[in-house]
Amino acid sequence: MTMLHDSLVELIRRTSAEIPDDVLQSILAALEAEKKGTIAEAAMKIIEKNIELAKRKSQPICQDTGSVIFYVDCPVGFDQITFHETAREAVKDATKKGFLRQNSVDSLTGKNDGTNLGPGAPTVHFHQHRTEDVQVRLMLKGGGCENVGAQYSLPIEKLHANRDLDGCRKVILDAVLQAQGKGCGPGVLGVCIGGDRATGYEFSKQQLLRLIPDRNPVPELDKLEQDIFKTANELGIGPMGFGGKTTLLGVKICAANRVPASFFVSVSYMCWAFRRQGVSLSPAGKIEKWLY
Amino acid sequence: MIKLSLPFTEEKIRALKVGDAVEVSGVVFTGRDAVHKYLHEGGKLPPGVSLRDGIIYHCGPVMMQHDDGSWKCTAAGPTTSIREEPDQGQIIRDFGVRAVIGKGGMGDRTLAACKEHGCVYLHGVGGAAQVLAECVKKVRNVYFLKEFGSPEAIWELEVENFPAVVTIDAHGNSLHREIFAASQAKLAQLI
Repeated sequence: MTMLHDSLVELIRRTSAEIPDDVLQSILAALEAEKKGTIAEAAMKIIEKNIELAKRKSQPICQDTGSVIFYVDCPVGFDQITFHETAREAVKDATKKGFLRQNSVDSLTGKNDGTNLGPGAPTVHFHQHRTEDVQVRLMLKGGGCENVGAQYSLPIEKLHANRDLDGCRKVILDAVLQAQGKGCGPGVLGVCIGGDRATGYEFSKQQLLRLIPDRNPVPELDKLEQDIFKTANELGIGPMGFGGKTTLLGVKICAANRVPASFFVSVSYMCWAFRRQGVSLSPAGKIEKWLY
Repeated sequence: MIKLSLPFTEEKIRALKVGDAVEVSGVVFTGRDAVHKYLHEGGKLPPGVSLRDGIIYHCGPVMMQHDDGSWKCTAAGPTTSIREEPDQGQIIRDFGVRAVIGKGGMGDRTLAACKEHGCVYLHGVGGAAQVLAECVKKVRNVYFLKEFGSPEAIWELEVENFPAVVTIDAHGNSLHREIFAASQAKLAQLI
């Protein structure tokens, strides 16, 4: 087995078992904020204990180890085919080791062959850059939170949502309302305003690669992020939808151009069991640095 | 904290109310999408599986098999329950289920079935796969492993002090309905 293979298995193990520090800090703050003696506080305590236990035992934080999505930033001339093949082998081996659940089902036959390999599984997004380094980010996106994602096509009369930022605000908050606790809140929203149906969702997911406490460099989007975050946390949905103070841990929004006829707002919801990690790799495929 | 031991009685289940924190001990069976579809379409439970006065747990665990063929549960949190809404009421009625464990809550049909047949919905903490796997003391058996695959199979689990919250009781109350209505009203003020 190559060094790249071993590095990717380790990336999968750590992503599945350990929550990134920025997410952990926001969860601890949410636990602190909940009223003592409520079922919301009890849920946050179980979440905190679960995070500690998963790390200590090197076992999945959540049994739904999700869709396996790699984001690879690589130099010109990087061998994408070998990377993809190696990633597939790493996913298969990580499944055997129990870092991933046997989680991939043939959509036509309903069969689960236990390998986690198949069309679109895993997914690998490549992006070239002009520097020599290779960065691999991994997201394990569970089905419960993926199912509460939503895509709105503006205008939506019923929600009084027009084709403007206020309309975007209304539909994003509607997504939070509809999700309630079903996506394992408190969660994080990744949102894309614009794009087409495919890129809208794709970019909304990529927003989840941002650090929780970072701020959006675009003033309008920053303002919208802060507004949605504050408003959502006044709704009282709370952890797991039990009622309580923290409904969202963060909101990340980007904008993409659209064609004049379309105005999509795409919302991806990430559960509290926010599994993302990343590594910088040496040319030989050795892990040099952890990115989160 | 209310301690609940399996098997349940209707009286014990009807005594529970929304918001009660419980800890469950005894033998539970997992069942999720494939199992609900199968039972809804008239499928029979295999010998050895009985849901009567018992629990169906919406869960697709991570299981590792030892060399001697026995199983170890390494992750076992609840999955989203609402997908089972079309079939749950019928399964509660036909198989005598006294409690459903899952996450995210269920809808009006399940609420009505809980009231009519004396059943509750117990909400586990979604994602808390390690805390809940620690409550699984033994994996007693597995059914439909080949047909449905590991996450969708029926796993027979011995659990101890499994923590959950009653969010749908047997009296027509639902925490999910309450929270949805309250949050919807609040949003209308803030929008």
